[in-house]
Amino acid sequence: MNGLRRSARVLFTLWWLQLKIVAVSAFDGILNVIYPLFFATTAFLMFGQSGNPEALVYAGLGAAVMGTWSAMATSASGALQSQRWQGTLELLVCAPTRLALAVLPVTAALATVALYSLVATLVWGRVVFGIEVQIASPVAFVVALAVTLASLATFGFLLSVTVVRYRTGWALGNLLEYPGWLLCGFLVPLDLFPGWVQWLAQTLPPTWGMAAIRSAAAGQTPWGEIAVCAGLGLGYAVLATILSERLVDSARRNATLALT
Amino acid sequence: MPMRPGASASGGASLLAAFRVVFVGGVISFRALFNWLNPYIYVPTMLIAPVFQILLFAYVGRSAGVADDGFYVIGNAVQYASIPCLFAMANTIAGERFTQTLGIVLSTPVNRVALFVGRSLPVVANGWFVAMVALFVGGRVLGVDLPLRVWPGIALCVVVASASCTGLGLLQASIALRVRSTAVLSNIVFGVLLVFCGTNVALDALPAWMAGVGRVLPLTHAIEGARRVAGGAGLGEVAGLLAREAALGVAFTVAGLLALRYVEGQSRRHATLELQ
Repeated sequence: MNGLRRSARVLFTLWWLQLKIVAVSAFDGILNVIYPLFFATTAFLMFGQSGNPEALVYAGLGAAVMGTWSAMATSASGALQSQRWQGTLELLVCAPTRLALAVLPVTAALATVALYSLVATLVWGRVVFGIEVQIASPVAFVVALAVTLASLATFGFLLSVTVVRYRTGWALGNLLEYPGWLLCGFLVPLDLFPGWVQWLAQTLPPTWGMAAIRSAAAGQTPWGEIAVCAGLGLGYAVLATILSERLVDSARRNATLALT
Repeated sequence: MPMRPGASASGGASLLAAFRVVFVGGVISFRALFNWLNPYIYVPTMLIAPVFQILLFAYVGRSAGVADDGFYVIGNAVQYASIPCLFAMANTIAGERFTQTLGIVLSTPVNRVALFVGRSLPVVANGWFVAMVALFVGGRVLGVDLPLRVWPGIALCVVVASASCTGLGLLQASIALRVRSTAVLSNIVFGVLLVFCGTNVALDALPAWMAGVGRVLPLTHAIEGARRVAGGAGLGEVAGLLAREAALGVAFTVAGLLALRYVEGQSRRHATLELQ
Protein backbone atom coordinates (compact mmCIF):
# COMPACT_ATOMS: atom_id res chain seq x y z
CA MET A 1 0.00 0.00 0.00
CA ASN A 2 2.87 2.30 0.88
CA GLY A 3 4.48 1.56 -2.49
CA LEU A 4 1.24 2.44 -4.28
CA ARG A 5 0.94 5.67 -2.34
CA ARG A 6 4.57 6.55 -3.08
CA SER A 7 4.02 5.89 -6.81
CA ALA A 8 0.88 8.03 -6.84
CA ARG A 9 2.76 10.82 -5.08
CA VAL A 10 5.62 10.66 -7.62
CA LEU A 11 3.13 10.71 -10.49
CA PHE A 12 1.16 13.64 -9.12
CA THR A 13 4.16 15.73 -8.03
CA LEU A 14 5.96 15.28 -11.32
CA TRP A 15 2.79 15.93 -13.33
CA TRP A 16 2.21 19.18 -11.46
CA LEU A 17 5.86 20.26 -11.82
CA GLN A 18 5.90 19.45 -15.54
CA LEU A 19 2.55 21.16 -16.05
CA LYS A 20 3.99 24.38 -14.64
CA ILE A 21 7.04 24.07 -16.90
CA VAL A 22 5.11 23.18 -20.04
CA ALA A 23 2.40 25.79 -19.52
CA VAL A 24 4.89 28.61 -19.92
CA SER A 25 7.03 26.96 -22.59
CA ALA A 26 6.99 28.80 -25.91
CA PHE A 27 7.23 25.55 -27.88
CA ASP A 28 5.17 23.08 -25.84
CA GLY A 29 2.68 25.57 -24.48
CA ILE A 30 2.12 28.47 -26.85
CA LEU A 31 3.02 26.86 -30.17
CA ASN A 32 0.87 23.82 -29.45
CA VAL A 33 -2.10 26.17 -29.27
CA ILE A 34 -1.26 28.29 -32.31
CA TYR A 35 0.18 25.69 -34.70
CA PRO A 36 -2.92 23.46 -35.04
CA LEU A 37 -4.97 26.60 -35.68
CA PHE A 38 -3.22 27.06 -39.04
CA PHE A 39 -4.22 23.55 -40.08
CA ALA A 40 -7.69 23.96 -38.64
CA THR A 41 -8.10 27.23 -40.56
CA THR A 42 -7.01 25.55 -43.78
CA ALA A 43 -9.42 22.69 -43.17
CA PHE A 44 -12.28 25.09 -42.36
CA LEU A 45 -11.60 27.04 -45.56
CA MET A 46 -11.55 23.81 -47.56
CA PHE A 47 -14.74 22.43 -46.03
CA GLY A 48 -16.28 25.91 -46.31
CA GLN A 49 -15.85 25.67 -50.08
CA SER A 50 -17.98 22.54 -50.13
CA GLY A 51 -20.98 24.57 -48.92
CA ASN A 52 -22.04 21.75 -46.62
CA PRO A 53 -22.68 23.02 -43.03
CA GLU A 54 -22.60 19.47 -41.61
CA ALA A 55 -19.14 18.91 -43.09
CA LEU A 56 -17.97 22.11 -41.44
CA VAL A 57 -19.22 20.93 -38.03
CA TYR A 58 -17.52 17.57 -38.63
CA ALA A 59 -14.27 19.45 -39.36
CA GLY A 60 -14.80 21.78 -36.39
CA LEU A 61 -14.88 18.94 -33.88
CA GLY A 62 -12.11 16.97 -35.57
CA ALA A 63 -9.79 19.96 -35.89
CA ALA A 64 -10.26 20.72 -32.20
CA VAL A 65 -9.08 17.26 -31.15
CA MET A 66 -6.36 17.25 -33.84
CA GLY A 67 -4.15 19.56 -31.78
CA THR A 68 -3.99 17.05 -28.95
CA TRP A 69 -2.27 14.60 -31.28
CA SER A 70 0.32 17.27 -32.18
CA ALA A 71 1.05 17.86 -28.53
CA MET A 72 1.85 14.19 -28.17
CA ALA A 73 3.60 13.36 -31.43
CA THR A 74 5.97 16.30 -31.51
CA SER A 75 6.27 17.45 -27.92
CA ALA A 76 6.30 14.07 -26.17
CA SER A 77 9.00 12.70 -28.44
CA GLY A 78 10.99 15.89 -27.92
CA ALA A 79 10.47 16.03 -24.14
CA LEU A 80 13.30 13.71 -23.19
CA GLN A 81 15.50 15.10 -25.93
CA SER A 82 15.15 18.50 -24.23
CA GLN A 83 16.24 16.86 -20.97
CA ARG A 84 19.23 15.47 -22.82
CA TRP A 85 20.17 18.93 -24.14
CA GLN A 86 19.77 20.42 -20.69
CA GLY A 87 21.90 17.68 -19.15
CA THR A 88 19.13 16.39 -16.89
CA LEU A 89 18.34 13.11 -18.69
CA GLU A 90 20.97 11.23 -16.73
CA LEU A 91 19.55 12.55 -13.47
CA LEU A 92 16.07 11.46 -14.54
CA VAL A 93 17.29 7.96 -15.35
CA CYS A 94 19.22 7.75 -12.07
CA ALA A 95 16.22 8.86 -9.98
CA PRO A 96 15.37 6.27 -7.31
CA THR A 97 12.12 5.31 -8.97
CA ARG A 98 11.11 3.46 -12.11
CA LEU A 99 11.73 5.43 -15.29
CA ALA A 100 8.09 4.91 -16.24
CA LEU A 101 6.99 6.85 -13.15
CA ALA A 102 9.35 9.66 -14.05
CA VAL A 103 8.40 9.91 -17.73
CA LEU A 104 4.65 9.24 -17.76
CA PRO A 105 3.88 12.47 -15.83
CA VAL A 106 5.85 14.43 -18.44
CA THR A 107 3.60 13.23 -21.25
CA ALA A 108 0.53 13.50 -19.00
CA ALA A 109 1.37 17.19 -18.48
CA LEU A 110 1.65 17.63 -22.24
CA ALA A 111 -1.74 15.96 -22.70
CA THR A 112 -3.22 18.29 -20.11
CA VAL A 113 -1.87 21.35 -21.88
CA ALA A 114 -3.29 19.95 -25.12
CA LEU A 115 -6.66 20.96 -23.70
CA TYR A 116 -5.67 24.58 -24.43
CA SER A 117 -5.41 23.68 -28.07
CA LEU A 118 -8.78 21.94 -28.07
CA VAL A 119 -10.58 24.86 -26.48
CA ALA A 120 -8.74 27.42 -28.62
CA THR A 121 -9.69 25.61 -31.83
CA LEU A 122 -13.34 25.30 -30.79
CA VAL A 123 -13.45 29.02 -29.97
CA TRP A 124 -11.61 29.88 -33.21
CA GLY A 125 -14.07 27.84 -35.26
CA ARG A 126 -17.04 29.44 -33.50
CA VAL A 127 -15.84 33.05 -33.62
CA VAL A 128 -14.13 33.19 -37.02
CA PHE A 129 -16.03 30.58 -39.02
CA GLY A 130 -19.33 30.47 -37.16
CA ILE A 131 -19.08 26.72 -36.53
CA GLU A 132 -21.45 25.70 -33.74
CA VAL A 133 -20.48 22.35 -32.30
CA GLN A 134 -23.44 21.02 -30.31
CA ILE A 135 -22.69 18.61 -27.48
CA ALA A 136 -25.74 16.41 -26.92
CA SER A 137 -24.26 14.36 -24.03
CA PRO A 138 -21.88 16.61 -22.07
CA VAL A 139 -20.99 14.00 -19.44
CA ALA A 140 -20.13 11.35 -22.01
CA PHE A 141 -18.26 13.98 -23.99
CA VAL A 142 -16.08 14.92 -21.01
CA VAL A 143 -15.39 11.27 -20.20
CA ALA A 144 -14.53 10.52 -23.83
CA LEU A 145 -12.22 13.51 -23.91
CA ALA A 146 -10.50 12.59 -20.64
CA VAL A 147 -9.95 9.00 -21.75
CA THR A 148 -8.64 10.17 -25.13
CA LEU A 149 -6.15 12.49 -23.47
CA ALA A 150 -5.06 9.79 -21.00
CA SER A 151 -4.51 7.28 -23.80
CA LEU A 152 -2.64 9.91 -25.79
CA ALA A 153 -0.39 10.44 -22.77
CA THR A 154 0.50 6.74 -22.70
CA PHE A 155 1.10 6.74 -26.45
CA GLY A 156 3.36 9.77 -25.99
CA PHE A 157 5.07 7.88 -23.19
CA LEU A 158 5.93 5.12 -25.66
CA LEU A 159 7.32 7.67 -28.12
CA SER A 160 9.33 9.52 -25.52
CA VAL A 161 11.11 6.49 -24.07
CA THR A 162 12.65 5.68 -27.45
CA VAL A 163 14.59 8.94 -27.15
CA VAL A 164 16.31 7.60 -24.04
CA ARG A 165 18.24 5.21 -26.26
CA TYR A 166 18.12 6.90 -29.68
CA ARG A 167 19.03 10.57 -29.72
CA THR A 168 17.38 11.11 -33.09
CA GLY A 169 14.18 9.48 -31.86
CA TRP A 170 12.45 12.87 -31.66
CA ALA A 171 12.32 12.94 -35.47
CA LEU A 172 9.97 9.95 -35.29
CA GLY A 173 7.48 12.12 -33.41
CA ASN A 174 7.71 14.87 -36.03
CA LEU A 175 7.12 12.27 -38.70
CA LEU A 176 4.04 10.88 -36.96
CA GLU A 177 2.21 14.21 -36.77
CA TYR A 178 0.69 14.13 -40.28
CA PRO A 179 -0.05 10.37 -40.36
CA GLY A 180 -1.88 10.73 -37.04
CA TRP A 181 -3.95 13.63 -38.35
CA LEU A 182 -4.71 11.58 -41.42
CA LEU A 183 -5.50 8.23 -39.83
CA CYS A 184 -7.32 9.06 -36.61
CA GLY A 185 -10.48 10.31 -38.26
CA PHE A 186 -10.03 13.93 -37.23
CA LEU A 187 -10.81 15.40 -40.66
CA VAL A 188 -11.07 12.45 -43.00
CA PRO A 189 -13.62 9.63 -42.53
CA LEU A 190 -11.82 6.31 -42.30
CA ASP A 191 -13.94 4.70 -44.99
CA LEU A 192 -12.10 6.79 -47.59
CA PHE A 193 -8.97 4.70 -46.95
CA PRO A 194 -8.03 1.21 -48.14
CA GLY A 195 -8.80 -1.67 -45.73
CA TRP A 196 -5.24 -2.10 -44.46
CA VAL A 197 -5.02 1.59 -43.56
CA GLN A 198 -8.32 1.35 -41.67
CA TRP A 199 -6.94 -1.63 -39.78
CA LEU A 200 -3.80 0.35 -38.90
CA ALA A 201 -5.92 3.29 -37.74
CA GLN A 202 -7.79 0.99 -35.33
CA THR A 203 -4.55 0.37 -33.42
CA LEU A 204 -4.27 4.06 -32.49
CA PRO A 205 -6.13 5.16 -29.35
CA PRO A 206 -7.19 8.58 -30.74
CA THR A 207 -9.12 6.88 -33.56
CA TRP A 208 -11.43 5.38 -30.93
CA GLY A 209 -11.29 8.52 -28.83
CA MET A 210 -12.33 10.69 -31.75
CA ALA A 211 -15.15 8.29 -32.60
CA ALA A 212 -16.31 8.38 -28.96
CA ILE A 213 -16.18 12.18 -28.88
CA ARG A 214 -18.25 12.38 -32.07
CA SER A 215 -20.75 9.85 -30.68
CA ALA A 216 -21.07 11.81 -27.43
CA ALA A 217 -21.52 15.07 -29.30
CA ALA A 218 -24.24 13.47 -31.44
CA GLY A 219 -26.04 12.02 -28.41
CA GLN A 220 -25.20 8.40 -29.24
CA THR A 221 -23.66 5.84 -26.88
CA PRO A 222 -19.87 6.21 -26.84
CA TRP A 223 -19.03 3.75 -24.01
CA GLY A 224 -17.82 0.91 -26.24
CA GLU A 225 -15.45 3.23 -28.08
CA ILE A 226 -14.30 4.74 -24.79
CA ALA A 227 -13.53 1.25 -23.44
CA VAL A 228 -11.46 0.31 -26.49
CA CYS A 229 -9.62 3.64 -26.31
CA ALA A 230 -8.84 3.07 -22.62
CA GLY A 231 -7.75 -0.52 -23.30
CA LEU A 232 -5.40 0.54 -26.07
CA GLY A 233 -4.00 3.31 -23.88
CA LEU A 234 -3.33 0.80 -21.12
CA GLY A 235 -1.68 -1.52 -23.64
CA TYR A 236 0.65 1.24 -24.82
CA ALA A 237 1.48 2.08 -21.20
CA VAL A 238 2.49 -1.53 -20.46
CA LEU A 239 4.49 -1.75 -23.68
CA ALA A 240 6.26 1.55 -22.94
CA THR A 241 7.05 0.47 -19.37
CA ILE A 242 8.67 -2.76 -20.53
CA LEU A 243 10.47 -0.95 -23.33
CA SER A 244 11.71 1.80 -21.03
CA GLU A 245 13.55 -0.70 -18.81
CA ARG A 246 15.20 -2.36 -21.79
CA LEU A 247 16.12 0.92 -23.49
CA VAL A 248 17.64 2.32 -20.32
CA ASP A 249 19.75 -0.81 -19.94
CA SER A 250 20.86 -0.44 -23.56
CA ALA A 251 21.56 3.29 -23.14
CA ARG A 252 23.71 2.57 -20.09
CA ARG A 253 25.62 -0.17 -21.89
CA ASN A 254 26.22 2.00 -24.96
CA ALA A 255 26.78 5.22 -22.99
CA THR A 256 24.34 7.18 -25.14
CA LEU A 257 22.48 9.06 -22.40
CA ALA A 258 24.63 12.16 -22.51
CA LEU A 259 25.12 12.20 -26.28
CA THR A 260 23.48 15.23 -27.84
CA MET B 1 41.96 35.18 -48.02
CA PRO B 2 40.69 36.35 -44.61
CA MET B 3 41.61 39.83 -43.51
CA ARG B 4 42.80 40.92 -40.11
CA PRO B 5 40.91 43.80 -38.51
CA GLY B 6 42.29 47.06 -39.69
CA ALA B 7 44.14 45.53 -42.60
CA SER B 8 43.45 46.88 -46.05
CA ALA B 9 43.15 44.71 -49.09
CA SER B 10 43.15 45.29 -52.77
CA GLY B 11 39.83 45.09 -54.60
CA GLY B 12 40.79 41.74 -56.15
CA ALA B 13 41.78 40.15 -52.84
CA SER B 14 38.65 41.33 -51.13
CA LEU B 15 36.51 40.02 -53.98
CA LEU B 16 38.28 36.66 -53.72
CA ALA B 17 37.70 36.64 -49.96
CA ALA B 18 34.02 37.39 -50.51
CA PHE B 19 33.73 34.52 -53.01
CA ARG B 20 35.42 32.16 -50.56
CA VAL B 21 33.02 33.25 -47.83
CA VAL B 22 30.03 32.79 -50.14
CA PHE B 23 30.86 29.38 -51.57
CA VAL B 24 33.25 27.62 -49.16
CA GLY B 25 31.99 29.26 -45.98
CA GLY B 26 28.38 28.78 -47.04
CA VAL B 27 28.73 25.04 -47.50
CA ILE B 28 30.75 24.56 -44.29
CA SER B 29 28.22 26.59 -42.29
CA PHE B 30 25.30 24.66 -43.75
CA ARG B 31 26.89 21.34 -42.83
CA ALA B 32 27.74 22.55 -39.36
CA LEU B 33 24.54 24.37 -38.46
CA PHE B 34 21.77 22.45 -40.17
CA ASN B 35 21.89 19.52 -37.78
CA TRP B 36 19.01 17.80 -39.55
CA LEU B 37 21.51 16.52 -42.14
CA ASN B 38 21.77 13.34 -40.06
CA PRO B 39 19.94 10.75 -42.23
CA TYR B 40 17.88 9.55 -39.25
CA ILE B 41 16.48 13.08 -39.03
CA TYR B 42 16.68 14.19 -42.66
CA VAL B 43 14.78 11.28 -44.19
CA PRO B 44 11.73 11.36 -41.87
CA THR B 45 11.59 15.14 -41.55
CA MET B 46 12.52 16.29 -45.04
CA LEU B 47 11.59 13.43 -47.33
CA ILE B 48 8.71 11.52 -45.75
CA ALA B 49 6.81 14.18 -43.79
CA PRO B 50 6.01 16.31 -46.88
CA VAL B 51 4.47 13.28 -48.57
CA PHE B 52 2.15 12.88 -45.59
CA GLN B 53 1.29 16.58 -45.70
CA ILE B 54 0.30 16.08 -49.34
CA LEU B 55 -1.74 13.00 -48.44
CA LEU B 56 -3.46 14.79 -45.56
CA PHE B 57 -4.71 17.67 -47.65
CA ALA B 58 -5.47 15.54 -50.70
CA TYR B 59 -7.71 13.38 -48.52
CA VAL B 60 -9.27 16.40 -46.82
CA GLY B 61 -9.90 17.71 -50.34
CA ARG B 62 -11.54 14.42 -51.31
CA SER B 63 -13.59 14.45 -48.11
CA ALA B 64 -14.73 18.04 -48.72
CA GLY B 65 -15.25 17.33 -52.40
CA VAL B 66 -13.17 20.27 -53.62
CA ALA B 67 -10.29 20.34 -56.14
CA ASP B 68 -8.40 17.37 -57.52
CA ASP B 69 -5.36 15.60 -56.07
CA GLY B 70 -2.95 17.36 -58.44
CA PHE B 71 -3.87 20.72 -56.91
CA TYR B 72 -2.79 19.54 -53.46
CA VAL B 73 0.28 17.64 -54.64
CA ILE B 74 1.78 20.72 -56.27
CA GLY B 75 0.65 23.21 -53.62
CA ASN B 76 1.93 21.25 -50.65
CA ALA B 77 5.15 20.04 -52.29
CA VAL B 78 6.20 23.59 -53.19
CA GLN B 79 5.02 24.95 -49.83
CA TYR B 80 7.04 22.34 -47.95
CA ALA B 81 10.22 23.92 -49.34
CA SER B 82 9.60 26.52 -46.64
CA ILE B 83 10.49 24.05 -43.86
CA PRO B 84 14.16 23.63 -44.82
CA CYS B 85 14.45 27.24 -45.97
CA LEU B 86 13.00 28.82 -42.82
CA PHE B 87 14.53 26.46 -40.28
CA ALA B 88 17.98 26.39 -41.86
CA MET B 89 18.17 30.18 -42.14
CA ALA B 90 17.03 30.62 -38.54
CA ASN B 91 19.73 28.13 -37.57
CA THR B 92 22.40 30.33 -39.11
CA ILE B 93 21.85 32.50 -36.05
CA ALA B 94 20.39 30.11 -33.47
CA GLY B 95 22.96 27.39 -34.18
CA GLU B 96 25.85 29.82 -33.76
CA ARG B 97 24.29 31.12 -30.56
CA PHE B 98 23.85 27.60 -29.18
CA THR B 99 27.48 26.73 -29.83
CA GLN B 100 28.50 30.15 -28.47
CA THR B 101 30.20 31.15 -31.71
CA LEU B 102 27.79 33.91 -32.71
CA GLY B 103 29.90 36.62 -31.12
CA ILE B 104 32.99 35.33 -32.93
CA VAL B 105 31.20 35.26 -36.29
CA LEU B 106 29.82 38.76 -35.90
CA SER B 107 33.12 40.18 -34.72
CA THR B 108 34.94 39.04 -37.87
CA PRO B 109 35.56 41.75 -40.47
CA VAL B 110 33.93 39.64 -43.15
CA ASN B 111 31.46 41.19 -45.57
CA ARG B 112 28.02 40.54 -44.07
CA VAL B 113 26.32 40.25 -47.46
CA ALA B 114 28.80 37.57 -48.53
CA LEU B 115 28.44 35.83 -45.17
CA PHE B 116 24.66 35.51 -45.22
CA VAL B 117 24.18 35.10 -48.97
CA GLY B 118 26.74 32.30 -48.82
CA ARG B 119 24.85 30.63 -46.05
CA SER B 120 21.62 30.88 -48.01
CA LEU B 121 22.77 29.17 -51.24
CA PRO B 122 22.91 25.59 -49.89
CA VAL B 123 19.58 26.29 -48.21
CA VAL B 124 18.00 27.14 -51.57
CA ALA B 125 19.43 23.97 -53.11
CA ASN B 126 18.15 21.85 -50.22
CA GLY B 127 14.69 23.46 -50.32
CA TRP B 128 14.48 22.72 -54.03
CA PHE B 129 15.51 19.09 -53.51
CA VAL B 130 13.01 18.54 -50.71
CA ALA B 131 10.12 20.01 -52.71
CA MET B 132 10.99 18.08 -55.87
CA VAL B 133 11.20 14.76 -54.01
CA ALA B 134 7.85 15.51 -52.35
CA LEU B 135 6.32 16.36 -55.71
CA PHE B 136 7.61 13.19 -57.32
CA VAL B 137 6.78 10.78 -54.49
CA GLY B 138 3.48 12.47 -53.57
CA GLY B 139 2.42 12.38 -57.21
CA ARG B 140 3.29 8.71 -57.55
CA VAL B 141 1.46 7.75 -54.35
CA LEU B 142 -1.72 9.56 -55.37
CA GLY B 143 -1.46 8.60 -59.03
CA VAL B 144 -1.04 12.17 -60.26
CA ASP B 145 0.71 11.78 -63.57
CA LEU B 146 2.78 14.79 -64.58
CA PRO B 147 4.15 14.51 -68.12
CA LEU B 148 7.93 14.57 -68.50
CA ARG B 149 7.84 17.82 -70.48
CA VAL B 150 6.40 19.83 -67.58
CA TRP B 151 9.08 18.84 -65.06
CA PRO B 152 11.77 21.36 -66.16
CA GLY B 153 9.27 24.21 -65.87
CA ILE B 154 8.08 23.04 -62.46
CA ALA B 155 11.70 22.63 -61.35
CA LEU B 156 12.33 26.25 -62.29
CA CYS B 157 9.26 27.40 -60.36
CA VAL B 158 10.51 25.48 -57.31
CA VAL B 159 13.99 27.06 -57.58
CA VAL B 160 12.43 30.52 -57.53
CA ALA B 161 10.12 29.51 -54.68
CA SER B 162 13.01 28.17 -52.59
CA ALA B 163 15.08 31.29 -53.24
CA SER B 164 12.29 33.70 -52.30
CA CYS B 165 11.42 31.68 -49.22
CA THR B 166 15.07 31.71 -48.19
CA GLY B 167 14.87 35.50 -48.45
CA LEU B 168 12.04 35.41 -45.94
CA GLY B 169 14.17 33.04 -43.86
CA LEU B 170 16.93 35.65 -43.84
CA LEU B 171 14.51 38.24 -42.50
CA GLN B 172 13.47 35.71 -39.89
CA ALA B 173 17.12 35.08 -39.03
CA SER B 174 17.42 38.75 -38.12
CA ILE B 175 14.53 38.36 -35.69
CA ALA B 176 16.32 35.30 -34.33
CA LEU B 177 19.05 37.65 -33.15
CA ARG B 178 16.57 39.00 -30.61
CA VAL B 179 14.04 36.17 -30.23
CA ARG B 180 15.41 33.01 -28.68
CA SER B 181 12.61 30.59 -29.64
CA THR B 182 13.50 30.30 -33.31
CA ALA B 183 11.71 26.97 -33.72
CA VAL B 184 8.46 28.59 -32.61
CA LEU B 185 8.97 31.48 -34.99
CA SER B 186 9.76 29.20 -37.94
CA ASN B 187 6.70 27.06 -37.27
CA ILE B 188 4.44 30.10 -37.13
CA VAL B 189 5.82 31.50 -40.40
CA PHE B 190 5.34 28.05 -41.95
CA GLY B 191 1.71 28.08 -40.79
CA VAL B 192 1.14 31.54 -42.25
CA LEU B 193 2.51 30.38 -45.60
CA LEU B 194 0.28 27.29 -45.45
CA VAL B 195 -2.88 29.34 -45.01
CA PHE B 196 -2.22 32.43 -47.11
CA CYS B 197 -0.24 31.24 -50.14
CA GLY B 198 -2.96 29.36 -51.99
CA THR B 199 -1.41 26.06 -50.97
CA ASN B 200 -4.70 24.27 -50.37
CA VAL B 201 -7.28 26.93 -51.11
CA ALA B 202 -6.92 28.86 -54.36
CA LEU B 203 -6.39 32.60 -53.94
CA ASP B 204 -9.70 33.42 -55.60
CA ALA B 205 -11.51 31.24 -53.06
CA LEU B 206 -9.86 32.97 -50.11
CA PRO B 207 -11.33 36.11 -48.54
CA ALA B 208 -9.98 39.16 -50.41
CA TRP B 209 -7.79 40.37 -47.55
CA MET B 210 -6.18 36.95 -47.17
CA ALA B 211 -5.50 36.75 -50.90
CA GLY B 212 -3.99 40.24 -50.66
CA VAL B 213 -1.65 39.12 -47.90
CA GLY B 214 -0.78 36.00 -49.89
CA ARG B 215 0.27 38.06 -52.89
CA VAL B 216 3.06 39.75 -50.91
CA LEU B 217 4.35 36.51 -49.42
CA PRO B 218 6.89 34.15 -50.99
CA LEU B 219 5.62 30.91 -52.58
CA THR B 220 2.21 32.21 -53.71
CA HIS B 221 3.21 33.09 -57.26
CA ALA B 222 5.53 30.10 -57.61
CA ILE B 223 2.77 27.70 -56.55
CA GLU B 224 0.39 29.28 -59.04
CA GLY B 225 3.11 29.16 -61.71
CA ALA B 226 3.86 25.49 -61.03
CA ARG B 227 0.16 24.63 -61.25
CA ARG B 228 -0.14 26.42 -64.58
CA VAL B 229 2.96 24.71 -65.95
CA ALA B 230 1.56 21.36 -64.84
CA GLY B 231 -1.64 22.29 -66.65
CA GLY B 232 0.29 22.75 -69.89
CA ALA B 233 1.26 26.44 -69.83
CA GLY B 234 4.63 27.40 -71.32
CA LEU B 235 7.33 29.15 -69.34
CA GLY B 236 6.60 32.37 -71.21
CA GLU B 237 3.05 32.31 -69.83
CA VAL B 238 4.24 32.09 -66.24
CA ALA B 239 7.21 34.42 -66.62
CA GLY B 240 5.29 37.25 -64.99
CA LEU B 241 4.42 35.11 -61.97
CA LEU B 242 8.01 33.94 -61.59
CA ALA B 243 9.30 37.50 -61.96
CA ARG B 244 6.98 38.63 -59.15
CA GLU B 245 8.10 35.71 -57.00
CA ALA B 246 11.75 36.53 -57.67
CA ALA B 247 11.16 40.24 -56.94
CA LEU B 248 9.57 39.31 -53.61
CA GLY B 249 12.57 37.09 -52.86
CA VAL B 250 14.98 39.95 -53.57
CA ALA B 251 12.88 42.34 -51.46
CA PHE B 252 12.85 39.93 -48.51
CA THR B 253 16.59 39.28 -48.88
CA VAL B 254 17.40 43.00 -48.86
CA ALA B 255 15.03 43.56 -45.94
CA GLY B 256 16.67 40.64 -44.14
CA LEU B 257 20.19 41.98 -44.65
CA LEU B 258 19.17 45.46 -43.49
CA ALA B 259 17.34 44.01 -40.50
CA LEU B 260 20.35 41.85 -39.62
CA ARG B 261 22.57 44.91 -39.65
CA TYR B 262 20.18 46.87 -37.46
CA VAL B 263 19.46 44.07 -34.98
CA GLU B 264 23.14 43.15 -34.76
CA GLY B 265 23.85 46.69 -33.57
CA GLN B 266 20.97 46.51 -31.10
CA SER B 267 22.16 43.14 -29.79
CA ARG B 268 25.64 44.50 -29.21
CA ARG B 269 24.26 47.46 -27.30
CA HIS B 270 21.95 45.32 -25.16
CA ALA B 271 24.44 42.47 -24.77
CA THR B 272 21.86 39.92 -25.92
CA LEU B 273 23.91 38.20 -28.61
CA GLU B 274 24.64 35.02 -26.74
CA LEU B 275 21.64 34.73 -24.45
CA GLN B 276 20.50 31.12 -24.69
